Amino acid sequence: MAGSTLHDGLTPLNEPSVQKSDDAHGYYTLGEKVVDEAAPTGPIADRWTTRKFENRLVNPANRRKLDVIIVGTGLAGGAAAATLGEAGYNVKSFCYQDSPRRAHSIAAQGGINAAKNYKEDGDSTFRLFYDTVKGGDYRSRESNVYRLAEVSANIIDQCVAQGVPFARDYGGLLDNRSFGGVQVSRTFYARGQTGQQLLIGAYQAMERQVAAGTVESFTRHEMLELIVVDDGAGPRARGIIARDMVTGEIETHLADVVVLATGGYGNVFFLSTNAMGSNVTAAWRAHRKGAYMANPCYTQIHPTCIPVSGDHQSKLTLMSESLRNDGRIWVPKKKEDCDKDPRDIPEEDRDYYLERIYPSFGNLVPRDIASRQAKNMCDEGRGVGPLVGDFRRGVYLDLGDAIKRLGKDAIEEKYDNLLDMYERITGENPYEMPMRIYPAVHYVMGGLWVDYHLQSNIPGLFVSGEANFSDHGANRLGASALMQGLADGYFVLPNTIREYLADGPFEKIDESHPAVLEAKQNVEERITRFLSINGTRSADSYHKELGNIMWEYCGMERTEEGLRKAIDLIRELKADFWSNLKVLGSADTLNQSLEKAGRVADFIELGELMCIDALNRRESCGGHFRGESQTEDGEALRHDDEFAYVAAWEWGGDSLEGGQPVLHKEDLIYTAIEMKQRSYK
Amino acid sequence: MKGSRAVRTTIALKLLMAVSGVLFIGFVLGHMYGNLKAFAGEGAFNEYAHHLRELGEPMLPHEGFLWIMRVGLIVAVIVHIACAVALWRRAAAARPVQYVAKKNAGSSLSSRTMRWGGITILVFVVWHLLNFTIVKVNPSNGETGGDNPYALLVDTFDLWWMTILYLLAMVALGLHLHHGTFSSLQTLGLTGSAVSRARARATGWIVAIVVAGGFSLVPLSVLVGIIEK
Amino acid sequence: MNLTLKIWRQNGPDDKGGIHTYQVSGISQDMSFLEMLDVLNEQLNEKGEEPVAFDSDCREGICGMCSLMINGEAHGPEVTTTCQLHMRSFNDGDTITVEPWRAEPFPVIKDLVVDRSAFDRIIQSGGFISANTGSAPEANSVPAPRDKAMRAFNVATCIGCGACVAACPNGSASLFLGAKITHLGELPQGQPERWTRVVDMVGQHDHEGFGGCTNIGECAAACPKEIPLDVISQLNKDLRTALKNGH
Repeated sequence: MAGSTLHDGLTPLNEPSVQKSDDAHGYYTLGEKVVDEAAPTGPIADRWTTRKFENRLVNPANRRKLDVIIVGTGLAGGAAAATLGEAGYNVKSFCYQDSPRRAHSIAAQGGINAAKNYKEDGDSTFRLFYDTVKGGDYRSRESNVYRLAEVSANIIDQCVAQGVPFARDYGGLLDNRSFGGVQVSRTFYARGQTGQQLLIGAYQAMERQVAAGTVESFTRHEMLELIVVDDGAGPRARGIIARDMVTGEIETHLADVVVLATGGYGNVFFLSTNAMGSNVTAAWRAHRKGAYMANPCYTQIHPTCIPVSGDHQSKLTLMSESLRNDGRIWVPKKKEDCDKDPRDIPEEDRDYYLERIYPSFGNLVPRDIASRQAKNMCDEGRGVGPLVGDFRRGVYLDLGDAIKRLGKDAIEEKYDNLLDMYERITGENPYEMPMRIYPAVHYVMGGLWVDYHLQSNIPGLFVSGEANFSDHGANRLGASALMQGLADGYFVLPNTIREYLADGPFEKIDESHPAVLEAKQNVEERITRFLSINGTRSADSYHKELGNIMWEYCGMERTEEGLRKAIDLIRELKADFWSNLKVLGSADTLNQSLEKAGRVADFIELGELMCIDALNRRESCGGHFRGESQTEDGEALRHDDEFAYVAAWEWGGDSLEGGQPVLHKEDLIYTAIEMKQRSYK
Repeated sequence: MKGSRAVRTTIALKLLMAVSGVLFIGFVLGHMYGNLKAFAGEGAFNEYAHHLRELGEPMLPHEGFLWIMRVGLIVAVIVHIACAVALWRRAAAARPVQYVAKKNAGSSLSSRTMRWGGITILVFVVWHLLNFTIVKVNPSNGETGGDNPYALLVDTFDLWWMTILYLLAMVALGLHLHHGTFSSLQTLGLTGSAVSRARARATGWIVAIVVAGGFSLVPLSVLVGIIEK
Repeated sequence: MNLTLKIWRQNGPDDKGGIHTYQVSGISQDMSFLEMLDVLNEQLNEKGEEPVAFDSDCREGICGMCSLMINGEAHGPEVTTTCQLHMRSFNDGDTITVEPWRAEPFPVIKDLVVDRSAFDRIIQSGGFISANTGSAPEANSVPAPRDKAMRAFNVATCIGCGACVAACPNGSASLFLGAKITHLGELPQGQPERWTRVVDMVGQHDHEGFGGCTNIGECAAACPKEIPLDVISQLNKDLRTALKNGH
C-alpha cells in the first residue's frame, strides 16, 4: 500500500483514459470534459486543512442577511441545517414527510465508520481512505474520500456530545465492531438502529435551531422546481418552487444558496429498501435546469433481503448480511422441486451453488457476486417461494446445519431480532424452515455531479449526502453512508458554502422576476397536465412497470442488448404515461396520487438516463456489472484505460422530442493510491 | 415552552393528587383499624371513639387532634377533587372526537374507573358522614343524634340493604385504591424500573385488599350476627 | 381473503367526516396492512373514486410516519407498527374499522392523515443537548456507565409515531415525553440542561393541549417500540426535582 507521504500529489499514478468502445452511440452526444475547478492540490493529508483556511469567511453580522435553502432533512440535510443555523445564517429547511425526523437515514441499521483507532488495530485516516477508494472500485475522487476519512472522527465526537447513545463497553467507553469485510474494527453502532439514533441527534440539533429562530422548518413540502437566475454574472441557483402538500399551494422560496440533500433514487426500481416517498424529483428538476447527473447507473444491490411475496408488494426489507456467516445458501437442483416444502428435499437434490462455484469463498463471496448468482439461479427457473409474475424470486438461506452444530440457543442469541423480523414479515419460522432471501436495490452511488466544495455545475446549487455522486465511486462499503451524510452536513458543507456566500448577499430578486414566474408556471402547468390526462392507469402501475424494466435490464447484470431493449421499453412507457395516466382529486388538497404522478414522471426520465449510462460504460466496476466485461471465472472486469472517468450527464431535452443527453467526462486521477484490479480469490 | 414553570404543569397537578391521595391512604388505614375495635365489644369501641376526641390532650384542646385531622382531610379532599376536575377537563378537551371502535389493551378496570369511582366514593362519604358523624341518622328507626356509636353501627348494618350499600362503596374504594396507590407512587417518581413498578403494583393490591376487606368485615359481621348489641 | 373495511373519510380539516364501508377481495395474508390499503386504493382509482389518504414512508417500522387506529387499537392487534402488521393477523370475512389518531393536538388533515407537528414543537422546547457543531470534546473523554447508556438507548428507540397519544384515553403524550427525558437524562452530556429541559418540555406538552397522565398504561401497551411505563415515572421524578430546585 502506498503511504500518505510517498506521493505529494504532483505525480499522477495513472493517465487520463481514452474511450475506445462506444456502445451507447446514437443515444447521446459527447460534450466537453468537465473539470473540478475546486479540486485541491498538494499532499493529500493537508488538502482539506489548507482549503478550510483558504476559503473565505463570512462575517457573523452578514450571515443574518444570507438565506440558505436546504431540501431534505436526513443526515446530510438535517446536520447542515443545524450547523448553518448555529452559524447564524437564515435557513429554510424542507421535507416531504410530516416531520424532519422521518427521513430515510433513519432506517440504516449497521453502523457508522470512523478512523478513531480505539482498538489500536492499525486503523488510521489513510487506511479508511484507502479502504473506501478500493471498495469503490477506484471510481471515486481521492481528495473527497480523504476528506471524508479525515472528518470521520469528528463526527463521532459531535454525535456523542449530542446524546447519541452508542454502544459502550463495561468501562463506559465506546464500543466498535468490524463491518463489511474490512480488517479493522472501526464501526460505531447503536444496536441495529444506528441510523435512527444519528438522525434523531441531527433532528434534535436542527429543532433546537428552529426554536432559536435561525431555521424555519417546512414539513409536508415537496420541491418541484429549481429557480435559476442570471444576474448578469452568469446563472445562479436562487431558490425553489415547492408545493405545500396539505393545501396544494405552489410556493416560491428565494435564497442566496440552495442545498439539495434529497437522498438517493433507488425507488426507480419500484421495489427497493428505500422509503415509499424517496424520490428523485428535486435532483431531477435541478438536472433539467442544467445540473449534471453523474454515474447514474451505479446502483448497490444488497444480497440478503426478504424476498418479494406477491404482486402487491410495496417495499423490500433488508436483513443483516451477518446471516451469511452461519447460513448455507441453496436452491433445488430440479425445477420441479421448487414448490416443495424444502424440508422434504433430500440433501443430494440441493444445489449449494455458491459453495459449488466458489469453493474457497463459499457463502461469503462479496455482495455483488452473491446477488448476481441468486438472480442467475432464479432466471434458470430454480428460484423458490411464491410465484411472482412468471417466476420465483428467492433462494434458501438455511440455518439448519448451524442450529445442529451450535444449538438453537446460540443462533437465537446471535440473530434473535433479525429472525423475529423475518417471521413477522413472512409468517415462517426460520428455526424450522430455511429462510428465503433475495437481493434488493438499497443504495445508489450515482447522483448530481459536484466539485470538491459539493457545489454542482450550477453556481449556488450544493448537493450533499446520497444525492451527490462524490465519495463512494462504483460501490459503497458498509457503514459508510451514515459517515458521508454527516460529514457533508456537519463539517464539509459549512466550510465550503462560506466561500460561495462570501460574495453574497446576491442581488435581491422578488417573486415577479421572469425566471421565478417561469419556474412557477412550469410547475403549475405540469400539475394541470397530470390532472387533465384522464386516462385509465394509476401512477403506481407505471411505476411498477418501470421498476420491472429497470430490474430486468439495468439490475444486477447489464448487457448491451438488454439495455437497448430497456431504453425502447422506457420510451414507450413514457409516451403511454403522458397519454393514459389517471390522477383523481384536485390540486388544492392533500393528493397522494398527484404527488406520485410527479415522482414517477421523473423516475421514468431518470431510468432512461441510467440505461444510457450503463450502456456507455462497457466495463464492470463495483455495483455495475456488464455481461460483456467479465473474466473467465465470471468476475467483474474493469477497464481503467477506457473508463477511469466520472460520467457527468447534461440534460439534452426530452428523448420523445429527439433530445439526447450530453456526456461530460471527468478524468479520475490517482496520486496517492495506485489503481488495482479487485480480486476475490 | 421557554419560561415554563414547574408548578404550573399538569405534572404538578398530578403531584398534588398523589400527595393528597397518600394522605387518604394513611387515613383509611387508620380508620379501618379503628373500626375493627367493634369486634372487641361495645365498651371498647365506644371507648376508642371517645379517646379519639381526647387524643393529644393536654397539649391539644379537646377534639384538637380530630379537628386538625378533619381540616387536613378537607383540604386534601378539595385539592384532590380540584386537580381531578382540572385534569378531567384537560383530558376531555384533548380527545374531542371519540373513536368509533376503541379497545383497552393495557389498562385495568380500576384505572379506567378512577373518575366515576371517585365520584361514587364522594357521594358515599357524604352519606357516611350524615350516618355516623354529623347528623348520626339511625336508618333502622329514623332517630338522629344518638351518642352510642356502637349501637348506631349495629343498627345500621342490621339492615341488609345498608350493608350492601356499604359493601358496594368498599368495592369502589378498593378499586380506587388499587390504581390510586400505584398511580401515586408512579407520579411521585418512585417506579423507575420494572422491579419497582411491579412492587408498586403489588402495594396497590395489598392496600386495596386490606382496606376494603378490613372495612367490610364489620358490616358483614353485624349482618351475620357475629357483632351484636 | 375478502374483507369489509370501515374507513374514516374526511375531505379536509374542516370537513365533518364519517365512516365509509368498502369491500376488498383477493387479499393475500402475506400482504402488509398498508399494502392491503394500496389494493383498495388501486380499486378506488379504477372506479373513479378518490383513494384513501394515509401516511406511510419507510414501511419497515422505524420512521414513525404510519399510524392508524385499527379495530380500536393503535397500529392494530400486534406489537408493531401498522406497516409491519400483516394480513395473516386477520381472518377471511373480517370487518376492520380504520380510524385516524384522535387528539386535539393531532388535527385530521385528510382521511387518515393527521398533523403531528406538536411533537416537533415539544422537541424544539428542549428535547436536545446544546452542542454546537465543532464544539464537541473527544468522544471517549466522558465515559457513560454502560447500564445507563443502555437504558438511554432503549428509550431513544421511540419513533415519534403518536400511538401513545392515540391510545391514551386522556390524549396525553407522557410516554413520548418520558422517553426523551429519560434518554437525555441518563447520559452525562444531558445533565447541564436536565431540569430546564423537563420543565420546558412539559410546559410545551400542556400548551399543545395534550391531556394529563393517569398512569393507566394504555400508551405502553400500544407502543410499537415497547417503551416501558417507567419512563413516565422518570419524567415525574425529574419534574419533581426541577420543582425542588426552583425551576
